Amino acid sequence: MKGRAGNGHGPPVQRYSALSLVRHGLTKGDWPKVWRTHELERSYDVVVIGAGVHGLATAYYLAANHGARRVAVVDKGYVGGGGSGRNTAIVRSNYLTPEGVRFYDRSVRLYQSLAADLNFNIMFAQRGHLTLAHNDGSIRTMRWRAEVNKLEGIDSEVIGPDEIKKLVPFMDTSAHTRYPILGALYHPPGGIVRHDAVNWGYARAADALGVQIHQNTEVLGISVKSGRVTGVTTSQGEISAPTVINCTAGWASLIADMAGVSLPIITHPLQAAVTEPVKMFLEAVVVSGSLHVYVSQTDRGELVFGASTDPYASYSMRGSLEFTEELASHVLELIPSIAKMRVLRQWSGLCDITPDFSPVMGVTPVDGFLVDVGWGTYGFKAGPAAGEAMAELAATGKTPALIAAFDLARFPEGRLVGERGAAAVGH
Amino acid sequence: MILINCPNCGPRNSAEFAYFGETKPRPDANETDLAEWSHYLYMKRNPAGWTSEHWYHREGCRKFLVAERHTVTNEIRSTGTPGAGHGG
Repeated sequence: MKGRAGNGHGPPVQRYSALSLVRHGLTKGDWPKVWRTHELERSYDVVVIGAGVHGLATAYYLAANHGARRVAVVDKGYVGGGGSGRNTAIVRSNYLTPEGVRFYDRSVRLYQSLAADLNFNIMFAQRGHLTLAHNDGSIRTMRWRAEVNKLEGIDSEVIGPDEIKKLVPFMDTSAHTRYPILGALYHPPGGIVRHDAVNWGYARAADALGVQIHQNTEVLGISVKSGRVTGVTTSQGEISAPTVINCTAGWASLIADMAGVSLPIITHPLQAAVTEPVKMFLEAVVVSGSLHVYVSQTDRGELVFGASTDPYASYSMRGSLEFTEELASHVLELIPSIAKMRVLRQWSGLCDITPDFSPVMGVTPVDGFLVDVGWGTYGFKAGPAAGEAMAELAATGKTPALIAAFDLARFPEGRLVGERGAAAVGH
Repeated sequence: MILINCPNCGPRNSAEFAYFGETKPRPDANETDLAEWSHYLYMKRNPAGWTSEHWYHREGCRKFLVAERHTVTNEIRSTGTPGAGHGG
């Protein structure tokens, strides 16, 4: 049956609750699929490229906030298979520029109510976020960030080694290390989230509102006629659509190229690793720019480590030994007591880095072709706010004030939004 | 690890080098307009495939080189001296 978008195959989404858990426990029945599969239709109102958190959130808010029903999300792989499933799941809003702070604060607020909004436990734990300073330059940037944060109403302050020791007792805050800890930017609302749950939660909620998710559907070309986008060619067939949104992060340049749009983006791999699980001992998220590392402990007890991006552009997602060696030496400088812990696995994702470390959101020289790209290492935490804003832009044709500063035209017009000082580690 | 064949020092670990990005022709500053110049300044090809790029051998001869590298496999098929038919 070829229905309109929204009349998919399979049973409708079932609401999760304690009652449904008990019922399924007693009947041992299969849980329904979290989202449905559909035949690719010939036309949609909006085609979103990329089924990561940005693409799924955009589709969800298009349906939830603007009543759009003929929306397709296409992805060459699977839901959350790119950066959305490879990041280290840190959420925070203690950025450097007022534009950045306001934007990420909106995202933190959306994350706070997201589990209830999506009826899906995303395990958002606001455990506090510490960015360590090992030199005077870092202290200066942190004071600057703390003042900008406070002006925007964000809980953020610079604290000394004694207070850091109280928050993270296992950390070596002595003055005898190679890079002694001088202080930290402390951001209590920061924390971690279960990234797969966010992807699946958005996919499930979008599906329930009639959005079609097409996995294994690679975009091969974008049709543009007299400066307007008219549709996309995919590995599963042609689609006509007046609005196409590029949410493909590390692959954003390749997709934009198909529409003849140039982007100021370089794709760098970023590696991460996780240890075997141990009893909970690390409450806060700890970041050290000088030591190029960030670490948090998941609810399962694993330590998740991230580092700086690989030092050259690449689309390769192979891990390297240098990464693990450097990571281990830097982490042990901070927390010597975990020397006997073993790394379970390491992986790599692709970051779409811009010259000013701020994203590129909004319209392009091609009418109807919108971009939500250039996220670099900040993409996952931005997903909800970016999706909400991009949905508003796609539905109303007006760029929301929250993202106006992040337009593509800022580069030729010289209005860069320098956010490098708020990067977790030096990239 | 990538092995980079430095024209001056021979094959060395990429960790010895600083990456300077893709090569592209620089517009003549006296002839160019704002659009062309900002495009040169900010926009990147960022291809998934063969590309030509500058590296600087900071822990070796401290000279620039041009490498032809595949950005998906990281294979390097040639290296050479800048300006010797290997890009700008």
